[in-house]
Amino acid sequence: MGNEIIDDVAREGDDYKYGFVTEIDTDIIPVGLSEDVVRLISAKKEEPEWLLEFRLKAFRHWQTLEMPRWAHLTIPEIDYQAISYYAAPRTRDKAKEPGEVDPELLETFDKLGIPLAERNQLAGMAVDAVMDSVSVKTTHREKLASMGVIFCSISEAVKDYPDLVKKYLGSVVGYRDNFFAALNSAVFSDGSFVYIPKGVRCPMELSTYFRINAMGTGQFERTLIVADDDAYVSYLEGCTAPMRDENQLHAAIVEIVVEDRAEVKYSTVQNWYAGDREGRGGVYNFVTKRGLCRGVKSKLSWTQVETGSAITWKYPSCVLVGDGSVGEFYSVAVTRNRQQADTGTKMIHVGNDTRSTIVSKGISAGRSENSYRGLVKVAPGATGCRNYTQCDSLLLGSQCGAHTFPYIDVMNDTAIVEHEATTSKISEEQLFYCNQRGIPTEEAVGLIVNGYAKEVMNKLPMEFAVEAQRLLSVTLEGSVG
Amino acid sequence: MNTLDQYIELYESSEAVVNANSAEVLNAARCGALERLKTIGRFPEKGDEGYEKISVNDMFAPDYGVNVARVNIPIDIAEVFRCGVTTASTWLGAVANDRFVPTESLLRNLPEGVTVTSLAKAAVSYPEIVGRYYNRIAATDRGEVPLALNTLFAQEGIFIHIAKGVKAGKAMQIVNLLSSPVPMMSVRRVLIVAEEMSEISILFCDHSRGNISCLSSQVIEVSVGAGAKLNICDMEESSAQTSRFSQFFAVQQEGSELKVNGLTLLNGVTRNEYYISQMGGGAVTSLDGMAIGNGEQHIDNYSDMKHCCDHGRSSQLFKYVLDGKASGAFEGSITVESGARFNEAYQSNRNILASHDARMHSKPQLLIYNDDVKCSHGATTGQLDQNALFYMRQRGLPLVEARTMLMQAFMMDVIDNVGIDGLSERLRHLVERRFKGEEMMCAECNAKHGV
Repeated sequence: MGNEIIDDVAREGDDYKYGFVTEIDTDIIPVGLSEDVVRLISAKKEEPEWLLEFRLKAFRHWQTLEMPRWAHLTIPEIDYQAISYYAAPRTRDKAKEPGEVDPELLETFDKLGIPLAERNQLAGMAVDAVMDSVSVKTTHREKLASMGVIFCSISEAVKDYPDLVKKYLGSVVGYRDNFFAALNSAVFSDGSFVYIPKGVRCPMELSTYFRINAMGTGQFERTLIVADDDAYVSYLEGCTAPMRDENQLHAAIVEIVVEDRAEVKYSTVQNWYAGDREGRGGVYNFVTKRGLCRGVKSKLSWTQVETGSAITWKYPSCVLVGDGSVGEFYSVAVTRNRQQADTGTKMIHVGNDTRSTIVSKGISAGRSENSYRGLVKVAPGATGCRNYTQCDSLLLGSQCGAHTFPYIDVMNDTAIVEHEATTSKISEEQLFYCNQRGIPTEEAVGLIVNGYAKEVMNKLPMEFAVEAQRLLSVTLEGSVG
Repeated sequence: MNTLDQYIELYESSEAVVNANSAEVLNAARCGALERLKTIGRFPEKGDEGYEKISVNDMFAPDYGVNVARVNIPIDIAEVFRCGVTTASTWLGAVANDRFVPTESLLRNLPEGVTVTSLAKAAVSYPEIVGRYYNRIAATDRGEVPLALNTLFAQEGIFIHIAKGVKAGKAMQIVNLLSSPVPMMSVRRVLIVAEEMSEISILFCDHSRGNISCLSSQVIEVSVGAGAKLNICDMEESSAQTSRFSQFFAVQQEGSELKVNGLTLLNGVTRNEYYISQMGGGAVTSLDGMAIGNGEQHIDNYSDMKHCCDHGRSSQLFKYVLDGKASGAFEGSITVESGARFNEAYQSNRNILASHDARMHSKPQLLIYNDDVKCSHGATTGQLDQNALFYMRQRGLPLVEARTMLMQAFMMDVIDNVGIDGLSERLRHLVERRFKGEEMMCAECNAKHGV
């Protein structure tokens, strides 16, 4: 009986409530990608010469690359010349005050649960709202600025803090890193820039909300976070897109630099449109995220809840250079219908006594394919390193796939590296136990799945934990929650 | 010139000789193999998917001779090799390079229903059986080039057939001896057919003699019939000058049990690939491996375990102890096909790095296309337990001895799981000597191997 209900679950739950489109006038450049397009984007953003050079170098390098095919994904051919690389919502009222936002956009973000209007702003969280290629508004800037924290869109940062941006941009993810990193470096539009000065503990959660709205476009945002000595910041990222039959490309870069004794907590709830039951439409989410723990005893923690996207290709990584630095990765990846995900992490131990923990929980349903791919590497000179990896997969339904591809490379004899993985379905015994105590099978499945993902959910900041829990329930609707 | 081209060229210039010195069944497979080689065009290089730490191209690059004309390289097996596993009672057979040498032990004592002969002869005497299985069990996308190259040059090898319901009372030991006055590639092909409900244990020992560098290209094809029980132990005790590329392919039918042990005690560069498919329900597989490396040795194991039917079980355990500048790699995958229900599959890889310069690369994988499964894998890489060492030294054991004892204890579960009478005991001695750095030789054997 349990199986049938679980199969039903995989088929249900198509109510993607963020699938609406905002009817707004958009400044959209013609489709295609060339040096002229790169120059046009740079010109539209009024960028300095050095940034244009950076973009052009990246573009020229991208032209020499081929799309990676090593992931356990079936990616249809993508026509990069059929995408528009810049789309900006046009403000209707030309005469309005600078800093004010079009009411229609405010309404859109309100609908998404991200109030931007001054009076409604969330008290404990500063938000940078990005629609298509531009940042719409960043809240609580003044309060943050009083503590020396810089939180703004990257376009503004290029203008206002060019030295900081020039110093750190591309220092963790170079444009030569991979195919999508090169593409992003060439055409990146907006994203967030965060700088936490020495000794400052950021007083509120920082958050960026990404929204794709325009048709025929992609989103190529770039986020750069720098935590100086002894600083602390918790950063959250959320994303949604309208329901469309076409596939939209999202190729972002996130770079994080963590200095001595600083700590960065980066949480993602990824809920891009995943396509319909037959796999039509949905966002291709090809993202490069990497943090450099440069300082001694620095710490970077990635937490992600991945429920959306038609195809996900994403490996948030930690390069642990500073002695005693710590990297963490907690992930819940849910796939259903015909979604595909190849996601995991990389922990590169370079410094002495560095530690890393990986906890990955995959849930596959419907006809989806869910893969964990991770690398743990201990460099020859890194003594006393420690890694623990746990990666579990839960299968709901007989037509889905769950796969595990860990790479473990140890080049130092003082390292201790442990990896364990399990794959199974919800056990009949657990279901029976719940049923016996009067819990219907549907609820029981919900209970078990939530318990299974709890270890990761607990790592999310409060505001996101509730949202993520709800998302998990909606995604596996019918039996979960 | 491309390394592969030199072999293709050699074949094309000596095709007639190769065919003239072999059997029709073997010759028939060469055309397809040549075509595949030409299509793919190169050996796997270091860094290719599945070959992260080994360059197959470099293994095959030296100018090795191939004995296509079947020149008789005189080796007095009795003189060179008197070993074996002295504590085990076995039927002893030998293969000199790639030539099967019938021994008295085999010719006289084999029970009815057990056939061991040269593959070329078997192709004439048992064309139907050889035709049914030869080059049909071996199939892989990943190791296609080494497989096709072996098929292209294979002229000889061993054929072992166990008739339906025959239970061989004792184990069979086949000694492979590599010995040549010039650098040589030996192309060995083994076909083992265990018919329904039969039972046998087979021990392969790989040795090499002299300081001439040799490459052994080996392909073992195994068919395990319904309800049959087959135990294969493949042990390498060669030399630092020896390279070995071995591919093991097995297909299991309903209710069969297959136990495979790959033991690398001494070698130069080794790549072992295991491809096992459960094509019948309720099959049981146990695949274990042990590797001991020091100096500049490299040991690379790859396993591909496929569950295609219901109620299958498999377990894999690979253990490495690497000292000196030795490097090891393990890549193993478990695949449960869609529609294959109620399978249990486990895989474990445990490694000890005993020196600063030793390196280990692990890549255990699960590919699961069905929900009714219980699968897990685990991998650890670490060093000897410092507390245990301290405890032992505190009680008066010298450091070297304490280390040896711990390393030996680490390997014990693989050794105990070998399942051939007397072999576990023998292996314990060999492993102990190996860890102590003593000469590797079986008690009465003249094929000495320096560590």
